Amino acid sequence: MSVFDGLRFRKIYSPIHNLDPRIKFVYVISIFVCAILFAQIIPLLLLFLLQVPFVLLAKVQRQWIRSLRGASFLAILIFVINIATSYFTSGYHLTPPIIENAAALTLRFVVLVESFSVFFLTTSPDHLGLALEESHVPYEFAFAFTTAVRFVPVLAEEAQTIMDAQKARGLELEKGGLLKRIRNYVPVLIPLIVSAIRRSLELAEAMESRAWGATKNRTNLYLLKLHRGDFALLAITIGILAAAVYIHFYVSIPTITQLIH
Amino acid sequence: MIEAIDVHFSYPNRVEALKGVSITIKDGEFVAIMGQNGAGKSTLVKHFNGLLKPSLGKVRADGVETTKTSVAALSRNVGFVFQNPDHQLFSETVEDEIAFALKNFGFAADVIESRVTWALNLLSLTQYRKTSPFLLSGGERKRVALASVLAWDPKTLILDEPTIGQDHEQKEILRQFILQMQTQGKTVVIVTHDVEFVAESNSRVILMKEGKIVADGVGKDILTDPALLELASIVLPQIAQIFTKLSPLGFPKNIIDIYEAKEIILKAWESRTQK
Repeated sequence: MSVFDGLRFRKIYSPIHNLDPRIKFVYVISIFVCAILFAQIIPLLLLFLLQVPFVLLAKVQRQWIRSLRGASFLAILIFVINIATSYFTSGYHLTPPIIENAAALTLRFVVLVESFSVFFLTTSPDHLGLALEESHVPYEFAFAFTTAVRFVPVLAEEAQTIMDAQKARGLELEKGGLLKRIRNYVPVLIPLIVSAIRRSLELAEAMESRAWGATKNRTNLYLLKLHRGDFALLAITIGILAAAVYIHFYVSIPTITQLIH
Repeated sequence: MIEAIDVHFSYPNRVEALKGVSITIKDGEFVAIMGQNGAGKSTLVKHFNGLLKPSLGKVRADGVETTKTSVAALSRNVGFVFQNPDHQLFSETVEDEIAFALKNFGFAADVIESRVTWALNLLSLTQYRKTSPFLLSGGERKRVALASVLAWDPKTLILDEPTIGQDHEQKEILRQFILQMQTQGKTVVIVTHDVEFVAESNSRVILMKEGKIVADGVGKDILTDPALLELASIVLPQIAQIFTKLSPLGFPKNIIDIYEAKEIILKAWESRTQK
């Protein structure tokens, strides 16, 4: 469940936590776009390193590393599949550019994971809901979204209990071939889904008995306002995006293999 | 037999849930583990079938050290019924649900058939054999969960909060059932807050507080000691409360059993009317 750990918000104070969630989201999406723009290893490496100061400023390095570790399985899978497909399609040749290309595409995935992880680690569900509302998303949807985010750790804990209960009935999750292993998870997934549905129905009843949606025009106690830091981040974002687009169209990026030769 | 020797346990979030627990539970014993929320009761019993492994110290189930084998292997002898049945029910029919563990343990098809029938009968679930467990009521789901563990006839049975959400009649059936298991030489360990249930069951009582055992003995001594019970945030059973209030008149304090209480009151009444 370490992937979830990397997305779980913890209440601490840092300059990054205080930033406006909307601007942070624009930043994350920009990094996302940049990562898609490039398939070369050098710009992707730069994008990867660009996140590190944010992580350190936000003091979430431990959870951040845990989320990267959680993503490592998929990263390795991406690497292996890329190597394998290039190997078979290029007529059974394994050349340095093939490896470099596979590494670049893996790094692209890692960049996506790390930027989203920074966003979710430093943005409270309340702020997120507020940001959605102020972006004119209907309150019902904003609420549903924040509730979903809030329930991720609860579900992770429940999944652990269910796994324990089934292990106590002789289920061995790590036994058998790949297909058997996937099938082993059925006794865990069904109770998890059923209890999530049951929980959501109970939550709906509890909310309705507390007059949810009684007034049409809701007001908020806290309102989001842009501060100096937000404008700075916005400027940085626009700078990164502009530089990325410029480099993509007008600069030829060398690969590491070319640099060595 | 289950032995815990100076067991310490910390969760990954560094909460130390057990701080040196040592107990021995002999074959055929009926033990109730009580204490306030967060005292470490569930953490302790999860060590008995290896779901949790001690950070320090040792746990042995029938002489086998729990760190040296799998949960599945230990579960063959130590059955564990979780508090919430919804954390384990997943099959299409009650019958399949009960057969699940039997298949995992590799029983033969005809044995599975007869064990399922036996377990259904034992917990009066036969009429629901082909029903989906999700369509049953809360109490019935709890019984299905219990049946699904009893089906493989484990030597030791651990029940986490078995009386929650059960009406009086079901509790009484459960109690009779535990006593019946005991006569067959089975060990039963329950984790519970239900002081009346324990008082009527004549079990060994272990009180826990903040990861340690604060008292261990027969229910009659422990459940009538107000100082001990306050430590564990438990109130005296009602019978004990009455006898504590009557003690200035010469009644004994350590009474928790209804029939014993009735005998004592009757005797006092008769000796008064004879005077």
